[in-house]
Amino acid sequence: MAERAATAVPEPEVHATSTGLSNVKLAMWAFLGSECLLFGALISTFLLYQGRSEGGPTPSKVYDIPFTSVSSFVLLMSSLTMVLALSAIQRRDEPKMRAWLMATALLGMTFIAGQVYEFTTFVNEGLSLTSSAFSSSFFLMTGFHGAHVTGGILLLLSLVGMSLDGRLPPERSETVELAGLYWHFVDIVWIVIFAAAYLIPTAT
Amino acid sequence: MASSVQTPRQVPEELTPAPRHELDEARHPGVRQYIVVAIVLALATLAEVVLYYLDLPRGLLVGLLLFFAVSKFALVVLFFMHLKFDNPIFRRLFVTGLLLAISVYAVVLVIFGIHPGGNQG
Amino acid sequence: MAAVVDEQQVLRRRGVFRRPSATTGAWSWFTTVDHKRIGKLYGYTSFAFFLLGGIEALLIRLQLARPNGQVLSADVYNQIFTMHGITMIFLVVMPMSGAFFNYLVPLMLGARDVAFPRLNAFSYWVFLGGGLFLYSGIFLGGLPDGGWVGYAPLSTQNIAVHRMDFYALGLLILGISSTVSAINFAVTIINMRAPGMSLMRMPVFVWMTLVVSFLLIFALPVLTIGLVELFFDRQFQTTFFQAAQGAQGDPILWQHLFWLFGHPEVYILILPAMGIVSEVLPVFSRKPLFGYPVVVFSGIAIGFMGWGVWAHHMFVTGLGPVANSAFALSTMFIAVPTGVKIFNWLATLWRGDIRLQTPMLFSLGFIAMFTIGGLSGVTHAVVPADYQQSDTYYIVGHLHYVLFGGSIFGLFSGFYYWWPKFFGRMLSEGLGKLHFWLMIIGFNLTFGPFHILGLQGMPRRIYRYEEGLGFDFWNLVSTVGAFMIALSIAVFIFNVVRAHRRDEPAPEDPWDARTLEWTTTSPPPAHNFDEIPVVRSLDDFWHRKYAEGQDGRLAPVVAGGADAQGAVAVRRDDAGHGNDSGSGDGSGGHGGHGIHMPSPSYFPLLAALGLPVLAFGLLYSTFLVADGVLLLLLGLYGWAMEPSAE
Repeated sequence: MAERAATAVPEPEVHATSTGLSNVKLAMWAFLGSECLLFGALISTFLLYQGRSEGGPTPSKVYDIPFTSVSSFVLLMSSLTMVLALSAIQRRDEPKMRAWLMATALLGMTFIAGQVYEFTTFVNEGLSLTSSAFSSSFFLMTGFHGAHVTGGILLLLSLVGMSLDGRLPPERSETVELAGLYWHFVDIVWIVIFAAAYLIPTAT
Repeated sequence: MASSVQTPRQVPEELTPAPRHELDEARHPGVRQYIVVAIVLALATLAEVVLYYLDLPRGLLVGLLLFFAVSKFALVVLFFMHLKFDNPIFRRLFVTGLLLAISVYAVVLVIFGIHPGGNQG
Repeated sequence: MAAVVDEQQVLRRRGVFRRPSATTGAWSWFTTVDHKRIGKLYGYTSFAFFLLGGIEALLIRLQLARPNGQVLSADVYNQIFTMHGITMIFLVVMPMSGAFFNYLVPLMLGARDVAFPRLNAFSYWVFLGGGLFLYSGIFLGGLPDGGWVGYAPLSTQNIAVHRMDFYALGLLILGISSTVSAINFAVTIINMRAPGMSLMRMPVFVWMTLVVSFLLIFALPVLTIGLVELFFDRQFQTTFFQAAQGAQGDPILWQHLFWLFGHPEVYILILPAMGIVSEVLPVFSRKPLFGYPVVVFSGIAIGFMGWGVWAHHMFVTGLGPVANSAFALSTMFIAVPTGVKIFNWLATLWRGDIRLQTPMLFSLGFIAMFTIGGLSGVTHAVVPADYQQSDTYYIVGHLHYVLFGGSIFGLFSGFYYWWPKFFGRMLSEGLGKLHFWLMIIGFNLTFGPFHILGLQGMPRRIYRYEEGLGFDFWNLVSTVGAFMIALSIAVFIFNVVRAHRRDEPAPEDPWDARTLEWTTTSPPPAHNFDEIPVVRSLDDFWHRKYAEGQDGRLAPVVAGGADAQGAVAVRRDDAGHGNDSGSGDGSGGHGGHGIHMPSPSYFPLLAALGLPVLAFGLLYSTFLVADGVLLLLLGLYGWAMEPSAE
């Protein structure tokens, strides 16, 4: 993000790249391709270890599926508010964009709050980071994801700040689009985690 | 390269810079389509949770849950991340990473003796 | 314009520091975003680490020269051989290749800079910070001592000292540097080509850079997670890789994660050298590269297939017959595109007008040594043979033939070839040839005997061996060879010093070369090209100089003739080449000739500094963690608020 933000020339010159595509957007997609392997490693570690929970409660014992379903839903809907923010700035409606960005950030915070609550409950029920191979891989995987969401929230809030400052005119809508790509990616990772780490292992 | 003393040298076509894809956004879906996608996503999540509590055979259940997860994944990527509409280069970058991840980690898990037919996806 | 001025005032008011503006002097090296200067920084730093890694190698050879060596204790030996491996791989071959990428890729593409110049500076500073962090253990309880592969339980035990924590966090930092730089180069190559430079007109070196970039982008995150889990095992008592005393982890998981990264890494190390050789051979044979598309596609094929062979490093862990057979087969298959390349190089030489100058000698040395290393590599693909060879000096011999005989010979070929372009000075041919012969003889004396020792059963990573095991003679030979290599490096350094003492500027195109970097001055100006070149064919520069006569022989094109007229360049000085935003930025600093170049910046250095501080914090104090995060955020904030050029 830092790369492109805030040069703030009102009308960016059209700069011809060899493919006609924007450098930053290419970089973002390459980064997301890389992140696939990062989360792949975390999820694989979890899949390998999820059956090894001697020393602590098993997944079926600690999971609260209704609760996690609600927070998954919250994160999913934050993707909607994110595209609505992009759509707003593409229609040059800055106040609406800020509103949707704030909504996205708030939904993200709700998700994180839910994760903090979930972690606390787990620890109270005897599932700490070191209880078992399952617990370590669970906390590492979901923690990495939570850190990504937190980074995304900071990003969204700085976009709102920049916009209030007049540094995010409609010509720079690509910045919002890139933030959106990151945000949606974090969302799809959760779609996978929710199915592969919550529902499938404990389904009877 | 040159067959005679001098090849005629014309400025090749690629010299004209490729048009910048400023109009990508014109091809992006509109608000209504975004909302439709979001409703489908919400319904899919609901279906996942309902299925989870139904008394289905495990194989079928896992299959259905995977189906819904993959569909949700694809919807977000294609519509919200605009891969359906954007330049194919972006798609290739992402799909390369995704397929690479799925295949190598699947092999690792199979070597460890963990199969989709077991108790996970 | 008024809006721009207002904007700049706003920025100046908000700037944390005043914008650096110097482009010369010592301080300017800290703020530079010029790809050529960053390339030189990579070069200087990696060469310094090369000397350090070399000294470690000499210590190892001194210790093993005679039975029951007394030079190093077991503890020090473990640290030295671990750091020798880490240094040569992560702090020498990778960044030295990075030096060539940085300096050459924009020049070869006909661009003014990389796609993200400040990000490029950030990569360098993160690399330097990571390297120094790895070595800081020397003052803090010892260097990493668990082998460069960091196998558990060697890496997870003994958490009382931080040694392997430096390994985990140091490689994490270096991984960030490499990922960022790889994304930068991938985007540069896809997007910053001069008019007419279609993908299939790019020099092979650029192609190999592209393949290496994608390998880094996709392979490093796997190592990242492995290292994070290792660090958690050490710092937070998790058991990802521990199976002892009822722990439920699995040390084999580390090996999978490590080699999933590690095998693509092998190609990350060798492909740049293959690119260099593919540039040098045609120039010194005065023939086009034989089968350019085949060389390119076999490079891409190696990149892809490199993902399907990792478990051949793990045959002895007991993967089971099915996995063993599958990985044995895929490993034999990957020898095919590699072999294809070797035959293409040989065919390039065939009936060429060969000039045996120093760059050419090193390239030929590369082909010969790499072929030996490649062949011994195929012997490990045979699982029963590998059972015998695993963890013996045979493996060490193989890996040095590909990494030293391959990568390092290729890189030195590149040094001799591009030195006039980098520094505007020619290195002496006589000294260069002396360097080459000393190095290739020393190299074979050092590492050839490893194969014999290995087959005799000498295990790797031992600090001492008994007398009378039959290891004495070849170990002594090897040590003599190692000092011969050291002598050859001294000759190289002398050559460099001598060349730079003499004030004899190198010509623009001393080798009668084929690619775009030779069309500009030696060394090139900050903006690379006064006019962005227009590319009409593969080896465009060559075709501007020579045409084929009716008798099929090369005839120089008369200067100012029809060809020169055809080569009217399209002037594109729209600042664009290399500004950070990618979508262009009208305001700009001046790089001469009215060409806008991105301005220097403090922020990449500041942000990069945050990472080692953060890493020290994780080991020693939460207070430092906060400091590191703060530095990083401050750097990124300043960076975001600063236009790429003003």
